[in-house]
Parts: sequence; C-alpha cells; structure tokens
Amino acid sequence: MSLTVPLRTRVVVDLVGVLVFVACVFPVYWMVNTSFLTRREIRSPDPTWLPLGGGLDNYRRLFADDGFVNALGISLMVTVGTVVVALLFAFLAALAVSRFRFRGRRSFVVTLLVVQMIPAEGLFISQYKMLDTLELTNTVIGLSGLYVAAVLPFTIWTLRGFVAGLPVDLEEAAMVDGCTRVGAFFRITFPLLAPGLVATGVFAFIQAWNEFTLALVVMTNAEKRTLPVWLSTFSDVNRGTDWGAVMAGSTLIAVPVIIFFLLVQSRMVAGMTSGAVKG
Amino acid sequence: MSTTMVRTTPTRSASPTPPPPRTRRSVLPYTLLLPALLALCAGLGYPLVRQVVLSLQGYGLAQQFGRPAEWVGLDNYAEILGDRYLWLLVLRSVVFCLVCAATTMVIGTLLALAMRLMSKPVRLLVQTGLLLAWAMPVLAALTVWQWLFDSQYGVVNWLLARGGLDYEGHSWLIEPLSFFFVAAVVVVWMSVPFVAFTVYAGLIQLPAEIIEAAEVDGAGPVQRLRHVILPLTRPILLIVGLLQVIWDLRVFTQIYVLQNAGGVTRETNLLGTYIYRSGIGEGNFGVASAVAVFMLALTVVLTWPYVAKMVKDVDA
Repeated sequence: MSLTVPLRTRVVVDLVGVLVFVACVFPVYWMVNTSFLTRREIRSPDPTWLPLGGGLDNYRRLFADDGFVNALGISLMVTVGTVVVALLFAFLAALAVSRFRFRGRRSFVVTLLVVQMIPAEGLFISQYKMLDTLELTNTVIGLSGLYVAAVLPFTIWTLRGFVAGLPVDLEEAAMVDGCTRVGAFFRITFPLLAPGLVATGVFAFIQAWNEFTLALVVMTNAEKRTLPVWLSTFSDVNRGTDWGAVMAGSTLIAVPVIIFFLLVQSRMVAGMTSGAVKG
Repeated sequence: MSTTMVRTTPTRSASPTPPPPRTRRSVLPYTLLLPALLALCAGLGYPLVRQVVLSLQGYGLAQQFGRPAEWVGLDNYAEILGDRYLWLLVLRSVVFCLVCAATTMVIGTLLALAMRLMSKPVRLLVQTGLLLAWAMPVLAALTVWQWLFDSQYGVVNWLLARGGLDYEGHSWLIEPLSFFFVAAVVVVWMSVPFVAFTVYAGLIQLPAEIIEAAEVDGAGPVQRLRHVILPLTRPILLIVGLLQVIWDLRVFTQIYVLQNAGGVTRETNLLGTYIYRSGIGEGNFGVASAVAVFMLALTVVLTWPYVAKMVKDVDA
C-alpha cells in the first residue's frame, strides 16, 4: 500500500523497527555466537560479542556426547516415520474428501477442525496409559503413532486445499486420450500436487522435530530421548551447565527448522491471510 | 501438538471449496479415509474417552502393585473442588495466560500498525527478524533465553549491572514472580511474530480508498485508527486473540523447562505442569486426569464461538 508518511513519523517508526529487529534476532544470534566461543570466553565477566577466537570445540564435545548422538538418531527416526506415514494417510484422506461426495464427508471435515483445538496437554495422561498397556512406551513406533494422529488433521486439511485447487478436467482429458483413471491420476494430477506434498511434509517435519511434551511423557528411558528432551535435561541446575555445548546443540536443532520454515513460510502466510481476512 | 500447527489452520478454513465434482456411490472414498480415520481414533479419539474414564477412577498404592483401578465416581472432581491449591493453580494459569495473551496482542498489533509506516528496507528487516523468532524451535528458544538470563554469565544481568543496577549474580528463577516474568518473555517473544504477520496481512488488505476518504474528511491519525482501521480489522484481532488465549492457557513446555532450571515447582506450577507432575510423576492418574478434563472443558468453552463459526463456514 502506498502511504504518505510524514518524515518525522517515518524516522521514529523506522527506529522502532530496528529495535524490534534486534530483539528478534539477538537471541538467535547469541545462540550461534556462544556455540563457537571457548569455555574461557563464555565464563568471562564480560560477554564476547563475536566468535573470533572460537572454534568448533563445542560441536566436537557435542558429538562426543553419546546422549546427543543417540537423541539425534531417535529424533530422526521419529520425524521421518511421522512425515512418511502422515503424508501417505493425509494424501489418501485428502483425495477422498476433495474428489468424492459421500455420506459423512461433512462430519469428517468438521471433526478435523474441532480436533485441532484439543490441547495436547489435556490428553497426555491417557495417551501414556494407552501406550503403557500396549507396551509401546519408549518406542519410536509409539511416539510416531501419537505424532501422526496429532499432525493428521492439519495435513489433511492443507492437502485437501491443494487437491481441490487442481482441475479435474486435465485428468478427464487424459482419460479421453486413453489413460486409465489411476494412470491419469498418477501422470497428471500427482506431479502437480508435488509442491503441496512438500509443503505439508515440511509442516509435519517441523512439528515432529520440535515436539516436547509427548516425547517427555512417552520416552521415559534416557536412551530413548528425542533431541528436545535431551536439550531440556542438559541445562540442569545441579551440575554446572556447559553452555557452549548446549548452544551448539540448540543451533543444530534449530538450523534445519529455520531453513524449512523459511522455505514454506510465504505459502503459509498467504494461506493464513486469505482466511483470516474473511474471518 | 505445538503451536505452529494450529496457527495456520483457522485461516484456511474460510477458503471456499468448490463442490466435489464426482458424485457416485462407492466404497472407494471410505477406503481412502480408513487409514487416517484409524490413526485419528487410536491416537486422539480413544485417549479422549479414556481420559474421561480415568478421571472417574481411583489410583492409589494398591494400583501401583497391579490391582485394577476402582470406580470412584466423581470423587476426583470433588477432591479438586475442595483443594485450595488447585484453585490457586487455576487462578494462576488464567492470570498468566491473560497477561501473556494481552501483551502479545498489544505488541503484535502495534508492530503491525508500525510496519505499514516503515520504509521498505526497515520493514523487510523487521519481517526477517520476526520470521527467525517464529521459526525457532521452542526448546532452542527456551535454552537461549535461559542462557541470556543466566545468573552468573548471562547478558541480561551484565547489561543491568552496567546500567548501575545491582543485578550481578541475580537469580531470575527463584522468585515466583520473576520466574513468571522470564517465562512470559519467552512466550511473548515466540508468539508476537504470528500476531504481527496476521494482523499486518489483514491491514494491507483494507481498501485504501476508505482510509483515504477518512483522511479527506479530516480524520487525524488517531481517529482513523479508532474509527476506521480497528473496526475493520476486528474479526482478525478477535480470532488471533482467542487463539493466543487458548495457547497460553495450556502452556507447558516453557514452565516445565524453567522449573527444572531452578524454579520452585510448587510455587510455579500451572495446570499443565501440575497434570504432568502429579499424573506421570507421582502416578496420581485419577486426580490428574480430572484436572486434564477440566482443562479440556475450559478450552471447549473458550473456543466454542470460534469453532461454531468455522463449522458454519465449512461448505460440504
């Protein structure tokens, strides 16, 4: 929008903007900065603002820590499992919802919306008891299963939008030209759907990678910790915290998420606004 | 699960779906739905029912040795109602939630308004910063903020001490009030980007003519804001505000992690951490489940108008 703003207002507002930028970025910067500092620099009375004298020592210590490496493995398995299964299930369900009209369709869509309002914090006790009965606590399958259920409503909802946005005509034209229905779908519609699948998969990835509460509840065994749970045990009051290694760990956990988030955010913000305005 | 998932949902709800093109009776759609339905029932539906059942059962020492739980009817709920500590928890959770949600809304909305007036490079800078803060995983953010507020080597204490205040070696987490201040800082820092982006997106879609017309009619900036801009963005503000309340009411991770880092558990518990500590920690499943059901009910009450509206918008 073109707004004519008086110069003085603009200067003040721009100053505020710069301050907000600093407030947003400084913690992220400080995390990365500390991860490269030496122990002495971290424990000096005055902060070291740039990691000039530092190195990769913190990262080396991190990878020498069995707890971290183990948690990385568990996190990767849980996340990949969640993304693959959730995408597959969501894709099939999205097809059903957007390409067919059937009894119960509306109820299903409504349920998807309502379910997303349920706070995970209100359910974890029974989820824990359930997995306990099935002897699935401290297993990748158990946790991934809960994650799949948690991300499905959202992934189905998003994919449904993508599928509905694709014209059926293309598919039908291919069928006229002699394709089978399945063939038409996989040759014509599926490739067009790839961006939607990627975006949805990224959402599921971020959710599963970041999730803390359920991982804490379900993975009680120290060897089964995911990265966020591992990170939460690291800064323990009772032993001196190795801030360098902790920040290195935080950085490694955050970097993939930040990259993925930036990749899909434009789509996300665009999606948000179109709905929010109609509110 | 965590926040971003829910964050994006409300919005797509309003996008109109064209009526499904193929209408025919077949089992195919049900077959396609089956895996998702089964996963949802197993992961959410069944636990939801079981949670209510658990809240009607008694768990004590005998159950820890394998005896099946006994039905106690509404005893657990009676216990909650009679427990002053739990009432305090509810009050504390509600106050913390409202303070965080209100602060987030005020900062986010002011920022969105300011973003309209910024020069382009600065606006880009702000948007980049907001995105970074938004993208930070909760645990990474929490850990950095703990490090910033660290009593010995934290930057915050260093800055305050340099400013001539007596903050050297100050511990932020021991006093409940300052504990909640740190928790609120983290919660607000992580939530402002969503509010700012959503409100800003709403603002730039306001028809420029209306605002210009108000200006031509002699309305000053404040009047334009009060009588034109805010009323027009009210629907967005309401939804975003409601979502903030829901998310901040169930806050768990921030409180739990900060408690482990040095908070006094009993004095800093909120509903979420209480459910965890008494249920999972002490095996007090019955009472903890009753509190959880109470929390679910509270969420339902709070979100009812919003959900009802969304449901109406679904044209199926």
